[in-house]
Amino acid sequence: MGKLYTFLKYFFITVWTVFVVAPFLWALTTSFKDFNSVNGGVTYIPWVDFEPNLEGWRVLIKSPAQGGVDIVEPYFNSLFVTCTASLVSIILGTLSAYALSRYTFKAGPIKNNDITFFFISQRIMPPIVLSIPFFLFLGAVNLLDSLFGLIVVYIVLLMPIAVWIMVDFFNKVPREIDETALIDGCNPYQAFYKVVLPNSIPGLIVAGMFCIIFGWIDFFFAFILTFTEVQLLPVKIVALNSSITPWWSLSASALVSVAPLIVVAFIVERYLSKGNLSGAIK
Amino acid sequence: MNLVGENLSYKLTEELQLRKISFNFEKGKLYTILGRTLSGKTTLLKTIAGLLMPDSGSIRFEDKNFLEIPVWKRNIAMVYQQFINYPHLNVFENIAFPLKQRGLDPQKINDEVFKSLKLVGLEGYEKRKIQELSGGQQQRVSVARSLVKNAKILLLDEPLVNLDYKLREQLREEFKNIFVNGLSEESIVIFSTTDPREAMELNGEVIVLDEGRVLQVGAAKEIFENPKDLKVAAISNDPPMNILKADLGSNKIKFEDIEIDIPDHLSKLKDKHFNFGIRASDIELNDNGFEFEVELAEISGSETLLHLTRGNLKIITSIEEVMDFKIRDKVKINFKSNRAYAFDEVGNLASSPFRGSNV
Repeated sequence: MGKLYTFLKYFFITVWTVFVVAPFLWALTTSFKDFNSVNGGVTYIPWVDFEPNLEGWRVLIKSPAQGGVDIVEPYFNSLFVTCTASLVSIILGTLSAYALSRYTFKAGPIKNNDITFFFISQRIMPPIVLSIPFFLFLGAVNLLDSLFGLIVVYIVLLMPIAVWIMVDFFNKVPREIDETALIDGCNPYQAFYKVVLPNSIPGLIVAGMFCIIFGWIDFFFAFILTFTEVQLLPVKIVALNSSITPWWSLSASALVSVAPLIVVAFIVERYLSKGNLSGAIK
Repeated sequence: MNLVGENLSYKLTEELQLRKISFNFEKGKLYTILGRTLSGKTTLLKTIAGLLMPDSGSIRFEDKNFLEIPVWKRNIAMVYQQFINYPHLNVFENIAFPLKQRGLDPQKINDEVFKSLKLVGLEGYEKRKIQELSGGQQQRVSVARSLVKNAKILLLDEPLVNLDYKLREQLREEFKNIFVNGLSEESIVIFSTTDPREAMELNGEVIVLDEGRVLQVGAAKEIFENPKDLKVAAISNDPPMNILKADLGSNKIKFEDIEIDIPDHLSKLKDKHFNFGIRASDIELNDNGFEFEVELAEISGSETLLHLTRGNLKIITSIEEVMDFKIRDKVKINFKSNRAYAFDEVGNLASSPFRGSNV
């Protein structure tokens, strides 16, 4: 029984790993191929099956006029928008989460939990519902097709994640720690940044990672709210047309677009698996 | 100049509230708040600290309205029952934190921290992380952090309750020394506990608190010898004092089918019906005594606690040695009636072995 279980466990893990990793390996090898190696039958192993070259990667940084796909600008646009929106979301989200965790708010029937739910409800709504109001709003304030407009929209989308994770995290930090800080002569602001914040770093990292992931992979709003001036990476990549752009360049651009997420995934995995989320407070 | 509270009321929940509590704490003295869980001990301490704002009433200290001063300017120190330290700082930084907050110069901070470490017996641990310490050591750190400030009011909220038995005994002893030697004449120490033994051993002024009310205030000895009523008797004894419904006959005290001679101090009782109170430790095994059946026997430290029944009577006795009893064993016991208490039918103390009939 135990052996069968172990066998099945590893069997499914192996199948799943192949399922997940194979497309990446496929893309990775394809990105180093040229016309002949792609169209001349199935090839797998560089130097054995085919002669690798860097043409697919070179195309990425060439301008369209030179026959390139030019993903450099969208790439940095995406990085800039994602990082800025994540940073602002984390700052605002952490402050709101702390307030929601420590102070009691009341407006008629609305209490702390309702406010927290209000934040999360922004994520429950299907994005398509939000697209028209966002479009009209950005149009009204003249921010359509601009990086700043996208940042504003992404803050709306990312801050709930930050609030949600941080409320949960702060609820696990004993109130007595804040109280002790007050007793030891900190005013409430000092208690927050001298004592509570340094003990919340794991939470901040996890919240930050989630913000970056959700910001980076968004296609929908980047697609709807921009036209010609500004382009984000997901939109750019989808726009690459396989009849014009060769397969090896498509593969290379797909790989560079997931690269940041792989880095993030490794960091998140380390924090999640070690249980570091709650590890700071005994 | 004293810390004076008047008619403090605060409602946290239905069962946890302060009801018109007044106190007058003098400098240089140790006060023990004795009460069961949910009696309002922590709430009272937090109100004094300024972490809770009372719904009504006033607190004055050094002729200032204490309620108008925010927590961080009150110059108080507090130790919690959970071991609360700053997890991101090491032992030295933890203890130095309040001093840094005051902006003292580094040399002075260094001296004070090491003095404080020495006082709680943690020399050599200053570089350790908090997470690397045992529970007792963590609690010592938070005690050191509260002592280092030389606060005018030191609040200790059941600081020993989460420690194991041995450590509790040891720290209790050390606390006593620290309170006697390590504190200035200017400080007020307020120590809360559920454990009557702790209150007696610390030997300060005891405030008995129950359901948010002050039941009795007095020296530890006085509370022990003359508990004001049944409630105080229950709170200030562990195991709780045995209370038996008794009748006063012409020359005997009767409860159920037991009759014992009337001791001198109970002879002048006015009421015929009263509550006969006797501590577990004032019941002894005696071959000529009354037969009871063992319902439960527990060994606690070096004593044996026996839960006994006889008909409708249920009593607890503690015997000063480790003895092996089985359930349903028969034992014979005798009441040391000269150590018995009498409470009237409402529950107020009518007579104690130390003061005789007081009404």
